[in-house]
Amino acid sequence: MMRILEKIGFAIAVLILVSPGALVFLWMLSLALKTELDNTAWPPVFIPDPPVWDNFLSVFARNDFLLYTWNSVVTSFSATGLALLIGVPAGYGIAKMRATRAAMLILIARITPGLSYLIPLFLLFQWLGLTGTLTPIIITHLVITVPIVVWVMIGFFEGLPAELEEAALVDGATIWQAFRHVAFPLARPGITVATILSFIFSWNNFIFAMVLAGRETRTLPVAVNNMLTFEQISWGPLAAAALLVTLPVLLLTLAAQKQIIAGLTAGGVKGG
Amino acid sequence: MPGGATALPGGAATAAAAPRRRNYARRYGWFIVPAGIVVLAVILFPWAFTLFMSAHEWKIGGGHHFVGLDNYRKLFTDERFLSSIARTLYFTALAVILPMVFGVAAALVFARNFPLRGLARTIFILPMMATPVAVALVWTMMFHPQLGVLNWILTQFGIPPSMWIYDAATVIPTLVMVEVWHWTPLVMLIVLGGLASLPIDPYEAAKIDGANAWQSFRHITWPLLLPFIVVALIIRTIDALKAFDTIYVITQGGPGTSSETINIFLYLQGFAYYNMGYASAVVVVFFLLIVSLAALLLWTRNRVKDAA
Repeated sequence: MMRILEKIGFAIAVLILVSPGALVFLWMLSLALKTELDNTAWPPVFIPDPPVWDNFLSVFARNDFLLYTWNSVVTSFSATGLALLIGVPAGYGIAKMRATRAAMLILIARITPGLSYLIPLFLLFQWLGLTGTLTPIIITHLVITVPIVVWVMIGFFEGLPAELEEAALVDGATIWQAFRHVAFPLARPGITVATILSFIFSWNNFIFAMVLAGRETRTLPVAVNNMLTFEQISWGPLAAAALLVTLPVLLLTLAAQKQIIAGLTAGGVKGG
Repeated sequence: MPGGATALPGGAATAAAAPRRRNYARRYGWFIVPAGIVVLAVILFPWAFTLFMSAHEWKIGGGHHFVGLDNYRKLFTDERFLSSIARTLYFTALAVILPMVFGVAAALVFARNFPLRGLARTIFILPMMATPVAVALVWTMMFHPQLGVLNWILTQFGIPPSMWIYDAATVIPTLVMVEVWHWTPLVMLIVLGGLASLPIDPYEAAKIDGANAWQSFRHITWPLLLPFIVVALIIRTIDALKAFDTIYVITQGGPGTSSETINIFLYLQGFAYYNMGYASAVVVVFFLLIVSLAALLLWTRNRVKDAA
């Protein structure tokens, strides 16, 4: 008897834990699939009946949504790719050298508010005449992606056994060869984790693009925020746009939950 | 993997290893050079330039001149800035304590084995992975005083409807609610990582000695878990102080200035009023505040460690 009660209690606890997350996203979906009339009905209509796709169509019809999507894709892929290119070797170097101070610098980047980089960089990009292009947005996103990649990779390379590389070095390989042909292939799982996290936090970033983007260079979060400012009343298209922005990230989270949880559990990697 | 912001990678090198280390530094230094250049350009340069600008009256389009410490002096008599500090501390206190309590509780649940655990855990962490602007938008719609679903839920329980973000008295607790929803998962993950690393032996020994569930939690789980809880506490404190996206999207500091935290004040000074010099001084003070709070927590952590 006690056991059954305990089990029921536990099931209720789990239900309470997952419902805030689930319900907000379900409500987002519901708003996106209802007509304007249903969205402003009182009492609220919960289940779209029948579901309508008009909101999604109007998002694409009334805004340069495809352009903003492209901007987001270019920014996140470039910022992640560049971060991997320089961050994976750096993680390796720091792990090998046990360079605590270099690691400390990464920590400071984690502590500093994103806005503080923006004031000087905003002026710098103005002087360089780079405003109005995606370049400044990609460069500032490195503030998020490089620390994530370096941090995950330090942990990963430290966990690898040193014997294999040492054997390669004894056999006459250069340090670069030992990295390229021994450590790097072994670190693939770590690189996957770093790539996913860096992509997600770059995709989600709002503040850098909000300050630096012009009309043509908005990323999706900025574009969606602008919709809120100018179209306060039409909830359907707003919710549809919000859903489209966050859907890639939600799907990626569901698909790669193991890697994401491993990466995040390792310790508070978060951008911004 | 190391505990992120916690355990610094690399340990103390022994004296005997020193020559080998220097040798290592020469050989592996090149791996760090490209990242070093980027860090220099996008992290250290902004820092140096911010310090420089904070000593200037610097308006975009309006030229600039040296004013020494005037910006700082002005800042500490600026009523609006001082109340933004108080507001930030109020927001931070709530946005740290609540996610800590819920996060630790959730971790204790998720540490057990049950059917569909993987799925439940993934749904639980969705809020922290979702795009903040997108979820902030949905929350904004839910806060609508006449048509929002939250007020409908309140009326179902016989509670009078709330003004949520449209009332100076309720706006900060409301924003805290969003922050709790958003970041409790991160606390849960860090603590869950701690629970996963607990050894089994002490529990078996305690069982043989006849300890009950509460006693083994109190005397084994809690002390072993404490370092992880402190790490989560430090990370949460830093993040709560820095909170921006959801506050900006949902209220932009309003109504009036009643949800204007330091970060929002900083944004408005810099990019709405273009007072770059003044905003730079805000950055410096803000950073010192964050570092000193983080240092205070780290010091507590070391004391906890020594005591354990």
